[in-house]
Amino acid sequence: MIEVRDLRVRYGGRVVADVPELDVAPGECVAIVGESGSGKSTTLMALLGLTEGAEVSGRVRVAGVDVLTASPARLRAIRGARVALVMQSPQAALSPTTRLGTLMRRALKLHGVGDAERVMAEAVEAVLLDPAILRRYPHEVSGGQAQRFAIALAIALGAEAILADEPTSALDVTVQAEVVAVLRELCAARGLALLLVSHDLALVSTIAHRVLVMRDGEVVESGPAARVLAEPSHPYTRELLEALP
Amino acid sequence: MPRHLILRLGQAFLVMVGVVALTFVITRMVPGDPAVAYAGPRATPEQLAEVRERFGLDEPLWVQLAVYVRDLATGDWQTSLHTRRPVLEDLYHAFPASLELVGAGLVIAIAVGVPVGVLAARFRGRFPDFSVRLTSMLAVSLPVFWLALALQTVFGSTLGWFPVAGEYDGSLDTTSPLTLWTNITVVDALITGNWPILTSTLAHLALPALVVAAYPAGVIAQLVRATLIEEASQDHARLERALGFRETTILTRFALRPALNPVLSLIALVFAYAIVNGFLVEAVFNWPGLGRYAVSAISHSDTPAVAGVTLLVALMYVFANLVVDLLQGVIDPRTRAR
Amino acid sequence: MSAMPRVARLPRVTDRFALAGAVLITLIALAAVLAPWLAPHPPGEVDPLNALSPPDGEHWFGTDAAGRDVFSRVLHGGQTSLLIAVAVLAVSATAGVLLGVVAGYAGGWVRDVIMRITDVFLAFPALLLSVALAVVLEPSVTTVIVAIAVTWWPWYARLSAATAASIATRPYVDAARCLGVPAIMIILRHVLPNSLTPVLVQLSLDAGGVILTAAALSYLGLGAQDPTAEWGLMVEQGQTLFTTNWWVVTFPGLAILLTAFAFNVLGEGLRDALDPRRIVK
Repeated sequence: MIEVRDLRVRYGGRVVADVPELDVAPGECVAIVGESGSGKSTTLMALLGLTEGAEVSGRVRVAGVDVLTASPARLRAIRGARVALVMQSPQAALSPTTRLGTLMRRALKLHGVGDAERVMAEAVEAVLLDPAILRRYPHEVSGGQAQRFAIALAIALGAEAILADEPTSALDVTVQAEVVAVLRELCAARGLALLLVSHDLALVSTIAHRVLVMRDGEVVESGPAARVLAEPSHPYTRELLEALP
Repeated sequence: MPRHLILRLGQAFLVMVGVVALTFVITRMVPGDPAVAYAGPRATPEQLAEVRERFGLDEPLWVQLAVYVRDLATGDWQTSLHTRRPVLEDLYHAFPASLELVGAGLVIAIAVGVPVGVLAARFRGRFPDFSVRLTSMLAVSLPVFWLALALQTVFGSTLGWFPVAGEYDGSLDTTSPLTLWTNITVVDALITGNWPILTSTLAHLALPALVVAAYPAGVIAQLVRATLIEEASQDHARLERALGFRETTILTRFALRPALNPVLSLIALVFAYAIVNGFLVEAVFNWPGLGRYAVSAISHSDTPAVAGVTLLVALMYVFANLVVDLLQGVIDPRTRAR
Repeated sequence: MSAMPRVARLPRVTDRFALAGAVLITLIALAAVLAPWLAPHPPGEVDPLNALSPPDGEHWFGTDAAGRDVFSRVLHGGQTSLLIAVAVLAVSATAGVLLGVVAGYAGGWVRDVIMRITDVFLAFPALLLSVALAVVLEPSVTTVIVAIAVTWWPWYARLSAATAASIATRPYVDAARCLGVPAIMIILRHVLPNSLTPVLVQLSLDAGGVILTAAALSYLGLGAQDPTAEWGLMVEQGQTLFTTNWWVVTFPGLAILLTAFAFNVLGEGLRDALDPRRIVK
């Protein structure tokens, strides 16, 4: 689903992300962990071809499209429809003057999804939200609701992969669990590929199959989650684990 | 009624009181004796005394202010020294034409300024952006009276494409007389289906409205550009990009509405400026509005008339600001929640 | 007191708009100051035999109805316009900043009273209040300066009140207050210098507006009077001749446009360098 080889992102000559290899298969969840500024989020945006002003090299295939060489129109066609993005601060990620339903309807129309009303109702129910939420504005819903709505957008558009950038760090602990449950269900039951960016190792250990550890733009360690988290080979990973409460 | 609404109304009321007081102070600043100014230099002492008594000029200042406020409230806005008619009556006749001109100018300014601002934001840092910024800076630097003279000379007198002066062809008053409803000629001609007067007014309106539009169009374009650029760097624009929306769609469908809020406050500000800039334009194009009235009052040192126009425009401005504040909630749902 | 920030940090002039504006203004100011040496004719030199002659090698911008050299008058007119702009901005910024800083530092009812007064003045469009004032005063350059300054100070009062209020709550000001430093010293040493940066940007943005307002007042006959070379007045004197003798109106008008434009470009550039988003006045 996602296939990355020798990805390098540079801003003004400085390498901010260097990922030699990253694959996410359908039904699999891969997590990138590291501190802020380690290049995790940049890697995520590079997968969508949304690193404006950066030099990007290497090979990135997402949903069968070569992201670095594809035409803008082709890129827009996979964004949203094949790969969805879930962002950190859920409410800031929604346009303040657009009702949630309006946003979803516009996105469905953009990607030519028919029978919009039924699709929207089903998607919203799949993330355990009341369909009435579609008539609300972003400031009228809670953070957890907004985040689940963002996931519902992915379901409605039929995305096969989800890129989640710190999806729970802005949420309360109890709400975090709900969002994690929804994400895990998508992976396991619907077979979506999930690429998760997080600095929260507790979250990562409950959901990820494989883990990449990044520091200062470089991947310092990668492997199955159980192994990396239980017997880290890199000192930085040990530091991160020791910082856990 | 929400608390902030009451506060806002109270504030507007205070400002209106201040506006009246300041206008009063200005009218009493006339150098020399206001009685002489009214009665003329050759008036006898008896006539002067009579004038003084009639206008209460021998009373203490605060009594004069109280009388002034009472008179304003009861509709007595003094008498014009030049037309010798009540100022309020003159204003009543001149106001609709000004509203027509400024309204047309603002419609043009919004119709040009908003899309041009979007264009500049869409191509930020590239040629379209550069030329929009340059043109809008030129537009706000134009001396209106000069632009009015230039357009009048080039497109009116020389090329003959547009009429040079007036609101419509006066001979139409006999061939197809206009029934008055709102006193705004364009509107009246439209609702009564008076096509000859409508087309004539639109032709007369074109040049002055264009001049009035220049400044607000430039300001609106600059503000729309700046606000859209800000909106397009927000998190939500990132999500919209990740959903596959085009950059243009993001600007016009998602970013424009929150961006319109500052534009709306600006329009209230610009409205007052356009009225006053319109004064100079009206004088050049002989447009029968407040401006022509004010300019003729200025040249006759007609203080009551000037004070009347000043007061009217300032009160309108306070009112327009109030309306805009209340409208903000309709455009941006976030302010409604607060 | 080592925590005190550096005084009035000026932006680096990297923006090309700011640079272009600064160069243009320098040229215009030089032309105005050096007008007595640059102008080929004295501005008041009347030559009825050569009245209304079109631009040529002798009179670059032609001559007006009295046969005066328009080019020389445009150069000298720059002196009047720049003098008005500098005087208005100096007077209104000084008065506005002082009142604003006092309001912002004192807070409470002092702030409320001063701010309500500025609200009243801000309810009048600048040109309107200036016109009203100029009508009751004798028309002259001084009248123009007074009339515009009266309408302009509230903008600076409001601007510096906001900055001063935020500075007054900073720890180093608190510290000074606790040490028993008199209020006047705190204002002069700390609050005032730190309130100036936004005012400087606003000044360059406003200069164009002042020049346009002054020209409009003169055009209405409320400012400079006949022998004086003033751009707005020159347009007024030539307006009936526009169709037949375009040069008498065109050049003074272009001079107003260019000067206002230069200040707007500089202000815009400075604002961009500091903050890309502030409401236009």
